[in-house]
Amino acid sequence: MMRPAIEIQSLFFAYGEVTVLEQIDLRVPEGEFLGIVGPNAGGKSTLLKLILGLIEPRRGTIRVLGRPPRKARKLMGYVPQYPAFSRDFPVTVEQVVLMGRLGAGRLAGGYSHHDREIARRVMGEAEVLDLARRPIGQLSGGQLQRVLVARALACEPRILLLDEPTANIDMRMESELFDLLKKLNERMTILVVSHDIAFISGYVQRVACINHTLVCHQTGEIDAQAIGELYGGEVKMVHHHH
Amino acid sequence: MQSALAAGLLASIGCGVMGSYVVVKRIGYLAGGIAHSVLGGMGAALFLGFTPLHGALAAALLAALLIGWIKLRWQAHEDTLIGAVWAIGMSIGVLFIARTPGYTADLMNYLFGNILLVTPAQLWQTLALDLVVIGLVAAFYRQFLAVSFDEEFARLRGVPVTIFYLLFLCLVALSVVLLVQLVGLILVIALLTLPAAIAGHHVYTLGRMMVLASLLGMIFTTTGIVLSWQWDLPAGPVIILVAGGAYLLSALGSEWWRRRRAGAAT
Repeated sequence: MMRPAIEIQSLFFAYGEVTVLEQIDLRVPEGEFLGIVGPNAGGKSTLLKLILGLIEPRRGTIRVLGRPPRKARKLMGYVPQYPAFSRDFPVTVEQVVLMGRLGAGRLAGGYSHHDREIARRVMGEAEVLDLARRPIGQLSGGQLQRVLVARALACEPRILLLDEPTANIDMRMESELFDLLKKLNERMTILVVSHDIAFISGYVQRVACINHTLVCHQTGEIDAQAIGELYGGEVKMVHHHH
Repeated sequence: MQSALAAGLLASIGCGVMGSYVVVKRIGYLAGGIAHSVLGGMGAALFLGFTPLHGALAAALLAALLIGWIKLRWQAHEDTLIGAVWAIGMSIGVLFIARTPGYTADLMNYLFGNILLVTPAQLWQTLALDLVVIGLVAAFYRQFLAVSFDEEFARLRGVPVTIFYLLFLCLVALSVVLLVQLVGLILVIALLTLPAAIAGHHVYTLGRMMVLASLLGMIFTTTGIVLSWQWDLPAGPVIILVAGGAYLLSALGSEWWRRRRAGAAT
């Protein structure tokens, strides 16, 4: 069996006294397109932050490509839900995308020619190349989202994690973004948090429902048994209501 | 007056660079805390017989590290704690100056600046501080940009965010010290932020903002010093009023320009 991209065992996490996640087991094979859904405050974003190593679990283990999350950070690309920056920050699209190359080259000085080439390539892929010199304050919500995807791609990740990438954009752009993700999935593992299970079902192979605990569903019922066997029988089929 | 003009030109460079960060990061209050606690170091230096500028430098760096540590450790109470550092630093300074024979009258000089205090030796020190600020910012421009733009993402890319944040605050402290002798510590924040804020109205990248802010700082300090000399007024407040007036014009002008463009588009 292929080495899993992400393997989580008996994970428990709490903010202070408030339990957010308990008894989470999840195995994501390389190349999977996994949707993560669940109610607000159910722990979806927390799970992504744990996988990225931004926070540490209280109990349980997380392995990303066989390593602890902090050691695997550079193999992951992350698209946050609410960008932590202000929209009027004086920075261009290209400069933002280049930030994905940080940590790859030398410590001091500017970006290398190689970094700039990669940035141009991923901007092309995310269809924001013509916006390269635009300040981010002049972008629409959908354009900014694509820029953030390009920034994550500039990391040349093996795993792409997206937190509600379509929360602030309209339906048409949502489809375009997921078409792009579908294409990217041919070469990398993708985890996408969403509130819209009906919509993502058309794209992802499996849905993880998180509400403090986690239950996985196959999106195509016909293939369920076959894929279930492929995953080593770890996937449970459970009917529940959203 | 010539050394004052030269000090103004030199200080404007470091401040244009760091002031741009202060404006885009919106940490004017934090920079204010560093600036005001500088009085503690100047007072202590006077009392103990050192050069006030050295005391200011030590106090500014100490305050920067203390405030940085507070921010990283107790984020929720940041403003209260910065306010405390601000006031405690000033109180220490006032007490030391009160106990230093013959220096009480000079308190105003530290608070509001006195260009006559600028000596040729201080010009060299100002130049050295400038070179430190510009050298470090140039070497780590990518990291500083990433940390001030999106700290979480920078951390994920393996940038040592805490170290760069503290280094960044120390550089803000250095630029504050650059200006203290010119406009005094109460007016420092205006000269640190106003040129950068004006630049922010007109350019859209941080690098250009730094260049424009430095040039504007040079224009404001020079104009302020010349006017104050002609009218026999204290230079610090005149410089600040020149900068403040320019900011007001720039804000109104860019607002008018935006509306005109919005009007033309519809």
